[in-house]
Amino acid sequence: MEQNFTAQDFTADEMMTIAAARALGNDDVCFVGIGAPSAACNVARLTHAPDITLIYESGTIGTAPDVLPLSIGDGILCETAVTTVSVPEMFRYWLQGGRVTIGFLGAAQLDRFGNINTTVIGDYAHPKTRLPGGGGAPEIASSCGQIFITMKQTKRGMVDKIDFVTSFGHGTGGTARRDLGLTTKGPTLLITDLAVWKTDPESGEFVVASLHPGVTRQEVSDTCGWTVRFADSVEETPPPTALELQTLRDLKARTAAAHGSAGGDA
Amino acid sequence: MPLSQAVRENLHAGDSVAFEGFTHLIPHAAALEAIGQGIGVLSRIRMTPDVVYDQMIGMGLVRKLVFSYAGNPGVGLLRRLRDAVENGWPRPLEIEEHSHAAMANAYEAGAAGLPLAVFRGYKGAGLATVNPNIKSVTCPFTGEVLAAVPALRPDVTVIHAQKANKRGDVLVEGIVGVQKEAVLAARRAVVTVEEVVDDFAAVHPNACVLPHWTLKAIAVVPGGAHPSYAHGYYERDNQNYLAWDAIAADRERFRQWMQDNVLAATPEDFAERVAKLRSVK
Repeated sequence: MEQNFTAQDFTADEMMTIAAARALGNDDVCFVGIGAPSAACNVARLTHAPDITLIYESGTIGTAPDVLPLSIGDGILCETAVTTVSVPEMFRYWLQGGRVTIGFLGAAQLDRFGNINTTVIGDYAHPKTRLPGGGGAPEIASSCGQIFITMKQTKRGMVDKIDFVTSFGHGTGGTARRDLGLTTKGPTLLITDLAVWKTDPESGEFVVASLHPGVTRQEVSDTCGWTVRFADSVEETPPPTALELQTLRDLKARTAAAHGSAGGDA
Repeated sequence: MPLSQAVRENLHAGDSVAFEGFTHLIPHAAALEAIGQGIGVLSRIRMTPDVVYDQMIGMGLVRKLVFSYAGNPGVGLLRRLRDAVENGWPRPLEIEEHSHAAMANAYEAGAAGLPLAVFRGYKGAGLATVNPNIKSVTCPFTGEVLAAVPALRPDVTVIHAQKANKRGDVLVEGIVGVQKEAVLAARRAVVTVEEVVDDFAAVHPNACVLPHWTLKAIAVVPGGAHPSYAHGYYERDNQNYLAWDAIAADRERFRQWMQDNVLAATPEDFAERVAKLRSVK
């Protein structure tokens, strides 16, 4: 049944989503960011982690949508949830209360210490581009057991210094998190369209742990704004299995049929 | 009462107003009525200002915005809001920006009659350096330093909900967001509902019900949340949110669209807009 796919059989985006899905376990309680994280979390639920608890910040706990929601508050999230709580309860009891093991976030701008900017490009008072802002992310980043991040690699997105720290990762590295009194792990994993990165526990920097099939070190460096560190032994990310790829494609097709577009990608 | 009267009697120039709804139950019809009446220069509060706030901002009716996420959910940025923040068009927009946790806590504090909200947040976050209303307090029992923000106390909160009963109690179901907290935090509350029923006899005893004496005015506006949705009545008009991006991208197209679809529209138009989105019963 299992086939050996080569890099021609799937897209870099598909590899990213599937690699991100694999990072989640059946026992996890995961706070889901919209967009790429949402696709990954639901692929995990539909493949190897059927009992994972997915939480969206609209207050839907243990949701199991058949299609990817366009927004964090689509009706399907409530209809398929174990329970739906108010937004104050969501943030106070469930997130701040320490019940969430993983926060899965996207980023407009990211630095090598996992600090995220989704607020402004340029100066805060006079921005070049005003982005939507943090929403739940500042406290997701500090209250979840650990943080996974997924985004496509570009030099504009993965930068040496972000314009605004919307969500604190490892700050300037080292013990910065502990120095602030944070007891959670912060960012531990970054999944891009080219590689899987893990956080060096000493320095707090992302280090490339595995390259997706067919991807070179040069490509990773060329699409990243900071000087890339590679692990001592860099592995190859296992290619998608037939089940993973079919599950993701079916989910995307159902989503497109429901929203009349490739919803959930924004 | 008629929506026009509910809005006229409760929203005044210069009020701070929260048109709340967390993706769900956003009071679009009421907000457009306020735009139509030209009630302006308000300070607006909303956790997730989206299309309807983009419209009010683009029409120059907002002086200050208190918010925690200003985007078109699942689509992208708010182009009228961006134009106001980046270019001061059609007027400069003062912003007070928070996180969701902060605003949810601040509404709850407002509802609880407290002056401030205390929570574990904003650690290392840039907003704490640009928003002077983000401060900290030290726990007198443990010594832990916690974030503090002022309670939210809007002059008026406007929400949409599913049902009112004959007495005027209001039932909110599905993703309830901060509807209850925002109503109880406000000095005056205005609610639009899908329908009026005799009573709530069949409703679960723990359901989210706002007693009639917590509300100033109720208007029956079927479809009044469109293009947002009302759980159990009609679905979110995702196509409408996608289309908004192009409309809002251009100042002239935006003005023309507002003229055709808002200033020339009535509350009765909303029922027709949701006809094809009705949930199959």
